[in-house]
Amino acid sequence: MTTRPSDDLHNHPHDPLDELPEGHDPAAFDADDSIGRLGRRSFVGYVLAGSTLVVAADLSVGRAQRADAAVPSAPQIPELYDLEDLQTDSALPTSALITVTIGKDGRAKFAFPRTEVGQGIITSTTMILAEELDLPIDKIDVTLSKARPELLLNQLTGGSNTTFSTYTPVRVAAAIARQQLLKAAAIQLGTNVDRLFTTGGVVSDGVTNLTYASLAGDAASQVVERVRVQLRPQEKFKVIGRPVSRLDARDAVTGKKKFTTDLKVKGALPTMVCRPPQHQGSPKRLRNRSAILRMPGVTHVVTIPTGIAVRAKTFGQCIDAIRAMKVDWNPGTVDNQSDATVLAKLRKQELPMVVPKDLPALAQTVETNFAFAFRSSAALETYAAIADVRSDRAEIWAGLKVPILAQQNIAAVTGLPQDRVKVNVITGGGSFGHKLFGDHAIEAARISKAMKVPVKLMWHRADEPRQGRLHPMATSRCRATIVAGQVVSFEQRHTSVTTDFSHGLGEMLTSLADELDPIGLGGLGFAESIFSLTQELPYNFGALTQLLNEPLEFEDKFSTGSMRNIYSPDTCVAAELTIDQVAKKLGKDPFKFRMEMLKNDRVKAALQKVADEGRWGRKMAPGTAQGIAIHKEYKGCTAVLVEIDCRPRTVNRNLGKETVTGPRVTKAVIAVDTGLVINPRGLEAQMQGGLMDGIALTLTSSNHLQDGKFLEASWDNYFYTRQWNVPKDVEVHIIKSKSQTPGGAGEAAVGSSAAAVACAYARATKKVPQYFPINHAEISFKPKSFVPPVPASPTNGLKFTR
Amino acid sequence: MPKQTFILNGKTVTVNVRDDVRVLWVLRDILGVTGPKYGCGINVCKACTSHINGKAFNPCSVKVGDLKKKDRITTIEGLDETWPGPGLHPMQQAWIDRDVAQCGYCQPGQIMEAVALVKRVRRQGREIRDSDLDKIRNICRCGTYVRIREAIEQGARKMR
Repeated sequence: MTTRPSDDLHNHPHDPLDELPEGHDPAAFDADDSIGRLGRRSFVGYVLAGSTLVVAADLSVGRAQRADAAVPSAPQIPELYDLEDLQTDSALPTSALITVTIGKDGRAKFAFPRTEVGQGIITSTTMILAEELDLPIDKIDVTLSKARPELLLNQLTGGSNTTFSTYTPVRVAAAIARQQLLKAAAIQLGTNVDRLFTTGGVVSDGVTNLTYASLAGDAASQVVERVRVQLRPQEKFKVIGRPVSRLDARDAVTGKKKFTTDLKVKGALPTMVCRPPQHQGSPKRLRNRSAILRMPGVTHVVTIPTGIAVRAKTFGQCIDAIRAMKVDWNPGTVDNQSDATVLAKLRKQELPMVVPKDLPALAQTVETNFAFAFRSSAALETYAAIADVRSDRAEIWAGLKVPILAQQNIAAVTGLPQDRVKVNVITGGGSFGHKLFGDHAIEAARISKAMKVPVKLMWHRADEPRQGRLHPMATSRCRATIVAGQVVSFEQRHTSVTTDFSHGLGEMLTSLADELDPIGLGGLGFAESIFSLTQELPYNFGALTQLLNEPLEFEDKFSTGSMRNIYSPDTCVAAELTIDQVAKKLGKDPFKFRMEMLKNDRVKAALQKVADEGRWGRKMAPGTAQGIAIHKEYKGCTAVLVEIDCRPRTVNRNLGKETVTGPRVTKAVIAVDTGLVINPRGLEAQMQGGLMDGIALTLTSSNHLQDGKFLEASWDNYFYTRQWNVPKDVEVHIIKSKSQTPGGAGEAAVGSSAAAVACAYARATKKVPQYFPINHAEISFKPKSFVPPVPASPTNGLKFTR
Repeated sequence: MPKQTFILNGKTVTVNVRDDVRVLWVLRDILGVTGPKYGCGINVCKACTSHINGKAFNPCSVKVGDLKKKDRITTIEGLDETWPGPGLHPMQQAWIDRDVAQCGYCQPGQIMEAVALVKRVRRQGREIRDSDLDKIRNICRCGTYVRIREAIEQGARKMR
């Protein structure tokens, strides 16, 4: 890569640094493009004091300008300000604390205060740095930052927000680094910066080449220096927007990639916990402690609030010890509750609709009410954490999306000052919301403190659906009113078991409360605020309201959290199924009706794309059908078209015991407009993965609550999408966006996929399902034992060599 | 404590461990070979899939005492050594070319399953069909299944 500084880099030594940013860029999408509008002005940042070049961006200047945002006339809050903005604004005040270093070896180093759990942010962030630094990707080291409390709300990975919130700060820091290297080279060569150019880690005047390595020391500053810089214009991008494979791909396929339980920490022996049969129960006492301590390999046994912890030479010996434990348990938090009782309570708490059902004769009403079962957010890597707690300090290793909060909680449970708790963030084996909470790290710290030895804690698979984080059960009720062929109102009432937001999003709302007040969030609770910041139905449906109620009676009753999205997959399924019903009532085609009603051009373009590419309306055999749906969130949108096969010979495929087959999605076409695309190859992967989640949510994956216990205990009970339900034909179309800011990708395809599958299923079977997933009513497995709480490890594996 | 001897990734190893410890924990907790992953411990998720004498098996469900001295265990770490050409095994290369891995946790097991599958159908004198891919039980919670299918087809073409 070669770039002449005269094209895109200017120094403004005399500009007042407090100059106001330019106004809104009319070319940008929507009114919510708060970061994008900064794109064409200069930015300020710092060169920090040090022996080599260290730089940081300062985005707090831009933030001060946003409080004047007008109250929108548009009916829905996310069109002006959404959850992405909230997370981004929360990160801005501390952006200057995130530094990029150019080492004397010429390599760029960046400790990223976000967590890689498979979404590809290390790769995409390396690309962003490469773009502004003019440095090859293989000379850039992006690592995961340990917990840094000074970052406050700027170390939370969630809401598909990473690239949106870090894109500009990372670019500014990189651009400053390059500018400083150019300045140092100009002094050495006795010339001006504008006669120099950078390429591949070298500054050159066309005759002499100076490597970044040779300049890093000279470019360093003795004092902290405030500078300004301009960013490379988008039309000159050479790295951003090109497909790049994951930087850890080789490590992943050779077994070298290390996850938490793969780490070797001296003395940290395998540790597991014997957990109560009831959801959120607790131990009263272990009756056979000395017998357990005598078991092979066992070194320590302690009682902690969540169960009985055992440490042994191998995890297998921990499992054996757990199965031998005789424990008296205290009750759980929902002992008399089952799916049906929880659902009945939710139904009773549904907020009323405003538009009455019994309207004059000319009006028609479409009324729907859907239920969504509990689901487990667990990743394939179960909760795992290494803890070494000493009397005066502690060190933790774990996959954590909010490591600062984990650090605070660990300090609290160990009685140590927060600065004596070092929290190392390890790449996670998936998250999907699972690692927003520090349950595993806090539990490991408690155990290590009690045992007085280092521990490598791992949850058993059975622990995850039974005691781990769940996506809450919910109902979603919709009412659409049609007068003279027009939809005059669309109301949605979502009612959910309490979602736990104690992972940091709640704190963001508190800290920005004054700014959120004018847009209408004043007085709403955390959950209702998050709901309002994420829900947007981009249709012209007259009076449109979407409201959430999370009844107080469920508070702290269930262990809950997000699951590759918060509310949107459920609300999207409910709304899009209802829209299909409205179209039917009006005698209109579901695709054409949506195109008439959609008010946003980006969404329309995505929908048109999938209809064209997926041949919407083609003749389908009886028992099969197409379905189509859209979702708008994360500064972008997706449209999905699927074809489903619900014929008996498909539904009843027999692939062996405890194998749920059911209907099969045979084809999926996804169109995504996520704004500026950093890495199209990574974006396509996120769309494919989101589709698999959408298929599972609608067709197969759920948890059953029975008398305060969750029945599921492993992947032969919890039916996440498997190869036999993967569509053979999956297309992803990335739309060239009008927006210049990168949106979110990780969760973007889940809601629209789940909805498209639900719509297709309803059309194929001519029956609108009322309960999701559609197979929830049937328990197609024999529940594993609750006492002991983990299944025995089989010994017949050699019979199944293949 | 009994001595357990078997061949691991081409080298004979001997470990002092009780007969009933499952091979997965011998590999991971005692020998420090961490390519095979834990995902369920009951032979369901297939994240630990490795090879015994060239066929796929799940070490979470085999007692180390059931291994014989001449049993050749291959984990993802030793897969490239089983292929005569230089560099990675063609299936690993296919995984890189298709950029399959997201979090990467299940992928060692997926690759070991794929290699065994190709060898199995070749023993049956045929090529891989869609119905073979449908029967793969390995879970990928990131949902990389589409690229896994593409990579297996590429890897199979190169495994000749």
